[in-house]
Amino acid sequence: MEAFLHQILSGLAAGGIYASLALALVMIYQSTHHINFAQGEMAMFSTYLAWTFIDAGFSYWIAFVATLGISFLAGILIERIVIRPVERAPVLSVVIVFIALLVIFNSLAGWIYTYTIKSFPSPFSAGLFPQNPYMSPHEMGTIAVTFIVLILLYAFFRFTPLGLAMRAAAQNPVSSRLAGIRVGWMLALGWGLAATIGAVAGMMVAPVVYLDPNMMAGVLLYAFAAALLGGIDNPFGAVLGGFIVGVAENLLGAYVIGTELKLTVALVLIVAVLLFKPSGFFGRVIVTRV
Amino acid sequence: MAALLEVTDLHAGYGPTNVLSGIAFNVEEGGITALLGANGAGKTTTLRAVCGMIRRRGSVTFAGERIDGRATEDIVRLGLAHVPDGRGTFVQLTTEENLRIGALTRRDRKAVAADMDRMYGYFPRLRERGSQQAGTLSGGEQQMLAIARALMLRPKLLVLDEPSFGLAPLVVQDIFRIMRTVNREEKVSILLVEQNARLALELADQALLLETGKVVLGGPAAQIRDDETVRRAYLGY
Amino acid sequence: MKAGGGLDGRRLAGVVLVVLALAALPFFLSDYRTFQFTQAIVYAIVLLGLNILTGYNGQISLGHGAFFAIGAYTAAILMDRFGVPYWATLPAAGLICFVFGFLFGLPALRLQGHYLALATFALAVATPQLLKYKRLEEWTGGVQGIVIIKPDPPFGLPLSQDRWLYLFTLVVAIVLFAVAWNILRGRTGRALIALRDQPIAAEAMGVNGAIYKSTAFGISALYTGIGGALGAIAVQFVAPDSFTAFLSISFVVGIVVGGLATLSGAVWGALFIQFVPNFADQISKAAPWAIYGAVLLAFIYLMPGGVASMLRGVAAKVLRR
Repeated sequence: MEAFLHQILSGLAAGGIYASLALALVMIYQSTHHINFAQGEMAMFSTYLAWTFIDAGFSYWIAFVATLGISFLAGILIERIVIRPVERAPVLSVVIVFIALLVIFNSLAGWIYTYTIKSFPSPFSAGLFPQNPYMSPHEMGTIAVTFIVLILLYAFFRFTPLGLAMRAAAQNPVSSRLAGIRVGWMLALGWGLAATIGAVAGMMVAPVVYLDPNMMAGVLLYAFAAALLGGIDNPFGAVLGGFIVGVAENLLGAYVIGTELKLTVALVLIVAVLLFKPSGFFGRVIVTRV
Repeated sequence: MAALLEVTDLHAGYGPTNVLSGIAFNVEEGGITALLGANGAGKTTTLRAVCGMIRRRGSVTFAGERIDGRATEDIVRLGLAHVPDGRGTFVQLTTEENLRIGALTRRDRKAVAADMDRMYGYFPRLRERGSQQAGTLSGGEQQMLAIARALMLRPKLLVLDEPSFGLAPLVVQDIFRIMRTVNREEKVSILLVEQNARLALELADQALLLETGKVVLGGPAAQIRDDETVRRAYLGY
Repeated sequence: MKAGGGLDGRRLAGVVLVVLALAALPFFLSDYRTFQFTQAIVYAIVLLGLNILTGYNGQISLGHGAFFAIGAYTAAILMDRFGVPYWATLPAAGLICFVFGFLFGLPALRLQGHYLALATFALAVATPQLLKYKRLEEWTGGVQGIVIIKPDPPFGLPLSQDRWLYLFTLVVAIVLFAVAWNILRGRTGRALIALRDQPIAAEAMGVNGAIYKSTAFGISALYTGIGGALGAIAVQFVAPDSFTAFLSISFVVGIVVGGLATLSGAVWGALFIQFVPNFADQISKAAPWAIYGAVLLAFIYLMPGGVASMLRGVAAKVLRR
């Protein structure tokens, strides 16, 4: 029983990471209906940035904040420079641009930091949370961070004019322009936010899986599964999906099929959701008029 | 009266198709101008071209500034509010959020709050539906919401694209009454595109008649209303 | 070579000339270079298959590495465990991949655009792990993979193994290109393109979208599988880590660079993904992929028609003079 509880709780911790990355995917999907295949590699690169700061002697939290800031700006720049030219291009072009970003970030990281695995510190020390036999401080910290991110996002979108403008732009770009909203910048802001949230996910997962240019491949797949499960246009659904997927992955790994087929589980999950409940549990059903 | 909006030799269209070929007209400050014409005459296209929503070429001056090269959002920020056909409701947001969107470019928070109250005064139904998803509102309520959202911008010119479309006559009367009030009391000039010519001519001070992408007739609304040949030939009543 | 055009005398002569030149090529090259060109032909077959699906039919696949892997393992297992001659593994690899592709294409019918890309991307990422799976180890050789023996030329022909394999691969490729050309220029090709451009109208005109789209998936996988089998025979080795997501991505790079929805594009794309990394490798291990990324962006922004349409443009200009 204790082992079972342990599996569930550490599944929640992994789920928190999937949830964060899924949130990043939702940020971009909501406004553009694009699935950002490069989200994982962007997060990985951000994590390397944080590592660089820490390696240079800065304290963890300074590195953390600096990384978030840089990631935010980088996200905006990527949207303005790379994505904008294909805003209205066919889906294939957009997908290819995302794939290009994916390989560019991956190879840049390999080029600059080499492919040797690096360790990455966790900011959560033992004294921060009540001692318990089920979860490590880092696991508890990860879950806490996930909720903090979710609450901050909720507050931003719900209570600030900028958040309202972003929601408006995502929903109805034409009407938003007629209200004087600079829709292009709202999209860029969405990318900035996505890059920032992704950076958080990267810094949370790196202490667990260690830092290397390919560290996010599996995480991204699970984040896709999480986002799809919850409904890829719904932030709350995505977070819930993240936790569900995290727990399911851990339980399946421990009791059913072992850890060797983790990625296959994600594949099956993705295909299954797409086939049987394409809008996810909490997503909006899109009806196309013929 | 000075012209608030001056359009000269405006060409516009969609993709390779040209709809407007050198249209020219003025909208006078303080008045209500009706743009009339049959289906396909280019009324909606004219409004879209003025607001920079489609490809266009020519000269458009608004409140003394050239706007023919500017992006829609910049034109709007100059004080030109456009209520599009189809109303452009943000269906997944609440009624109140829809109104707040209209005032997003403004910085005077107190005045915005006051304007919100004023809108609820004009359209009490909207207050009742404040926290409701705007998509669940009736057609008439959504039209009211669209006008209120546009007015939240505190525009100099309010451009309306067929506000009566698909609405019950009583609702239309209501909306037209409020447009007159807004024009008289708040000094908001109005450019109105209407299918219902009889109604539009009753409301408007000036009228323009559009046929296949050209203005064929313009003048005081009363004059056009009384000219039976024009009415028969162009307006069909 | 445009799929829609007919084959008049001048074009036929051109094609024959190119084929003769290609057949003569290995006799001027070292065995190692010949081997590299064999691989390029293998890639050309794969890209042709992917182009049928993505270019002509508009279904995005980021997971064709999986079909390549299935083809490669089919050939390797048949040769290694059953002593099947190398040439006989090709139809088997093609058939098995057709079945897999068709089956994957059935659910893919419900997926469009980004979602199909996502599902196939997941397939690509999961492939190496599946190949390493313990229960399959008896067949796949697990992480170690399978080593196979390079075939000798038949009838005691005085050729090196590499030259023979090159010629063999070339013949297979020519047959496959001819078949594709025939499929695409006719009714089927028109149906595929119509489904890509105007899916609703095409269905309304009586094109059975489900059959055509999953068949396109099947045929595409068949080509890729045969490519995989030939690739395995040429490299003499299969192992899970040769079939990562990056292999699938390099196929996408190939069709974009070569030119979507063109036959000759498959050749240009194959030359690109075979030889450019070789040069770039000399700069850094990461360089080929950085270049791939940059080249992808450059083509999408500046030359969305790929090399094939650029050459066609140049040729048209020259001829007009």
